[in-house]
Amino acid sequence: MNDKYELTIGIECHVQLATNSKLFSSSNNDARDKEPNLNVNPVDFGLPGMLPVLNREAINLAIRAAKALNSSVAKLSRFDRKHYFYPDLPKGYQTTQMYQPIIEAGYVDVPLDVGDDVRVRIHHAHIEEDAGKLTHYSDYSLVDLNRAGTPLIEIVSEPDIHSSEQARAYASELHKLMTYAGVTRGDLYHGNMRFDVNVSVALKGSSELGTRAEVKNLNSFRSVERAAEYEFKRQVELLEAGQSVVQETRGWNDDKGTTTSQRSKEDAQDYRYMPDPDIPPVVLTDDDIEKIQKLVPMLPGQYRDNWRDLQLDRSVMHAVLSNSSLAETLEAIRIESDNKIVKRVFNWFASAGDFDTSAVESGLVGPQRLSELSQMVGDNKLSSTGAKEVFFALFDEANTGKQPEDIAQAMNLLQNSDEGEIEQIVDAVLADPASSRSIDDIKAGKDKAIGYLVGQVMKQSAGKANPGMAQSLIRKKLDT
Amino acid sequence: MTINDILSSIEAGKMTARQAVEAALKKADETSEYAALLSLTSERALNRADEIDAKLEKGEDAGRLAGVPFVAKDNFLAFGAPTTAASKMLENFKAPLQATAVEKLEQAGAICIGKANLDAFAHGGSTENSAFGPTSNAHDKTRVAGGSSGGSAVATALDVVPFTLGSDTGGSIRQPASFNGVIGVKPTYGTVSRYGVVAMASSTDTVGCFAKSVDDAELVMEIMSGRDDKDMTTLGDVMDSAKAVKPVKKIGVISDFMNGDVDNEVLKITEAYVEKMKAAGYEVEPVSMPIIKHSLAMYYIIVPAEVSSNLARYDGVRYGHRAEGIKTLAELYGKSRDEGFVTENKRRIMIGSYVLSSGYFDAYYMKAQKARTKLIDKYKQLFESYDLLVSPTAPTPAFKLGATGDDPVQMYLADAMVVGPSLAGLPAISVPAGDTPDGLPVGVQLIGWRETDRSLFAVARKVEEVANDN
Repeated sequence: MNDKYELTIGIECHVQLATNSKLFSSSNNDARDKEPNLNVNPVDFGLPGMLPVLNREAINLAIRAAKALNSSVAKLSRFDRKHYFYPDLPKGYQTTQMYQPIIEAGYVDVPLDVGDDVRVRIHHAHIEEDAGKLTHYSDYSLVDLNRAGTPLIEIVSEPDIHSSEQARAYASELHKLMTYAGVTRGDLYHGNMRFDVNVSVALKGSSELGTRAEVKNLNSFRSVERAAEYEFKRQVELLEAGQSVVQETRGWNDDKGTTTSQRSKEDAQDYRYMPDPDIPPVVLTDDDIEKIQKLVPMLPGQYRDNWRDLQLDRSVMHAVLSNSSLAETLEAIRIESDNKIVKRVFNWFASAGDFDTSAVESGLVGPQRLSELSQMVGDNKLSSTGAKEVFFALFDEANTGKQPEDIAQAMNLLQNSDEGEIEQIVDAVLADPASSRSIDDIKAGKDKAIGYLVGQVMKQSAGKANPGMAQSLIRKKLDT
Repeated sequence: MTINDILSSIEAGKMTARQAVEAALKKADETSEYAALLSLTSERALNRADEIDAKLEKGEDAGRLAGVPFVAKDNFLAFGAPTTAASKMLENFKAPLQATAVEKLEQAGAICIGKANLDAFAHGGSTENSAFGPTSNAHDKTRVAGGSSGGSAVATALDVVPFTLGSDTGGSIRQPASFNGVIGVKPTYGTVSRYGVVAMASSTDTVGCFAKSVDDAELVMEIMSGRDDKDMTTLGDVMDSAKAVKPVKKIGVISDFMNGDVDNEVLKITEAYVEKMKAAGYEVEPVSMPIIKHSLAMYYIIVPAEVSSNLARYDGVRYGHRAEGIKTLAELYGKSRDEGFVTENKRRIMIGSYVLSSGYFDAYYMKAQKARTKLIDKYKQLFESYDLLVSPTAPTPAFKLGATGDDPVQMYLADAMVVGPSLAGLPAISVPAGDTPDGLPVGVQLIGWRETDRSLFAVARKVEEVANDN
């Protein structure tokens, strides 16, 4: 199947902007876990005589997004009205940018788990307002306008994606770019980023794309991947059966892992786009743009470049880059320390699993203590296992501001490197009749047997003896 | 009574604000057969009058219009009565806030005593499209008030209050001002905030006023004008007295509106006014702008497009009229809108939806916008040679109630002279120029380039003074 057909995917991504207020009103823009219709004022409610006042913060965030998308910012952009009737749309039109969007063509280089990066071109991105939310009951529906008027940018890609893995990786990379650039809070659970995936298949080598179906409103990278995969199979099956793909909008059922038809092109609405006469054009100078883009911090691609010499596993890189504060922290350590030290810290974070390392974000656990901790392993003050325990302990509120060495001490994890003390233990272990067989083995050249003796020393020292020192003392005593 | 009459009576202690309001309410009651007003805000108005009287008694500053009653067209959001836009759709809509224009006047001490009739949602030129019945002309009850701000024009003409508020999208202040013999002001687009005014066509909607003297009209505009954070299209203070305005010397009479298509009496009165202008020392000559004959066509594409968009919010979901007994969402929209809008609203929604629909957008809407740009260029070119343009305000005096029958185009033709300045965002005022032998008033329209509003008042005042001296 994969040999015969080529999959082509284009993705539209809606990104909720992290502004304090809405796109055209002073209402609070953070609708997470709020009572319905609390973040609503007369403008959001679409009362007669109300007028939009454009939030400059949204423009600034779009200018930031443009940098992350390698796009230029339009010096002149405008807003248009897209008309349709639905109870979650208070004005009877959505204010968007149909004709002159603020973000022009660009591209995103998407790293994959295997193989080279894939470059996905960006067609454009525009600012628009979100709609409200409907909740349906048996014989009525309720409207919540908390989200109505939330600023979005919609990022429209070219159809440059050719596998479901690439689709997931693109979605994930966009998420990184938008959160690093400070454009969005990036909370997928609350719908801060939503993806519409346009999927088509065609015979390999065909110069024309197949008819596409659009799967709307996906809110996780995994569902982007699964929906693309499902659509590929579904469309190929249709074609193989001699049927044709219908151009339509489809919904995703995450539980069943299937897509279902919502409306076909024949039902497509005529949105009667019209320039919005209430909003003057947005005019920007190079200076305006530069001032804002200067504030954009380092983006994932730059981190990847800077970390190339560390030769990290892609999975480690990926895990670490999913949090921009973490990346920033690690980069600070990298600049100050040698590769060995920083790699150890990378691995701690990459293997932290579900452990909550969000204290990195608040700056509570910073580069200094992390690199000190790593250095302690290099200095034989801590075993690798002990260091991992201290690493987790750093995030304990009770240890706020405490030095790693003090924490290790309190946890009784500091290694004993007192040669005299260790020598005493080594002597006792070697004198133990139970050790005689290992001693014989070692003398007979079975070097592996030294592990048993070191283990005994560790046991006797309650795990605190420096194992390297113990080993060299044993060798010295046995004269091997 | 003019604003100045009331202010000086109050200042001299001959009248209180309460008495001024009571007199206005009494006059409103006596003239109720004209149906100029849709509602009175008596209780709130009297309370405000008492507050102002108390302030004045204590010697505090109560504002430049302290105690002066006024009436707002019923598409201005205001407290004390519903804001209906003369429609069933908003029959019971109580505004939770006031229009910026109303707020500014009230901050200056003026007192809103009621809301004036209009064509529903300001669609029309006679006030016959009001869902609550037409307003009669102040000079002949069998004739129309003009529109859409007919109620406001008649309330000023009948002396209920010294000034009233109107909105002018394509002549809705100037034409009824002409029909009722009062001054009507449509400022430069963006002079007064549109916040809190039920939108008709956002790109040409303006807030203006009716008054009986040039001084009063200018004072009211001065108080209302200025940038508003709630309306992005507002300009810096156009009416600022410190603003340097080029003195008017040369005036062009738009010859395209001085021909056989125009009522003979209107022509005579306009020509007489032009003579007065010459007598006042202005250099006056005819100018031609052939493109103006297309302005109605442009207007009746662009404005319905914006109307169809601005009326989309009236869907029966959140506020306003909701039809009974509906079962589906489509029915909720369809029936609520069918019952809430008058025929003319629906006609404009249909035209507007058509010209915006895919496949027709370029042929109609875009083409009309391109023509609009050419029209603006023509005005610009004329204003390089002339400081002011003049024409009749309307092709006829007030026509009979019901005269346009079911033919909307006949009604639209009454707007031929007033839509040009609206499309170009220019200031234009209608000043009373005389009466026909039948006693019907006729106004002439003075048009200026953008932000030269003060010049229009200056010319109107000078012509009036010179005419009075003779």
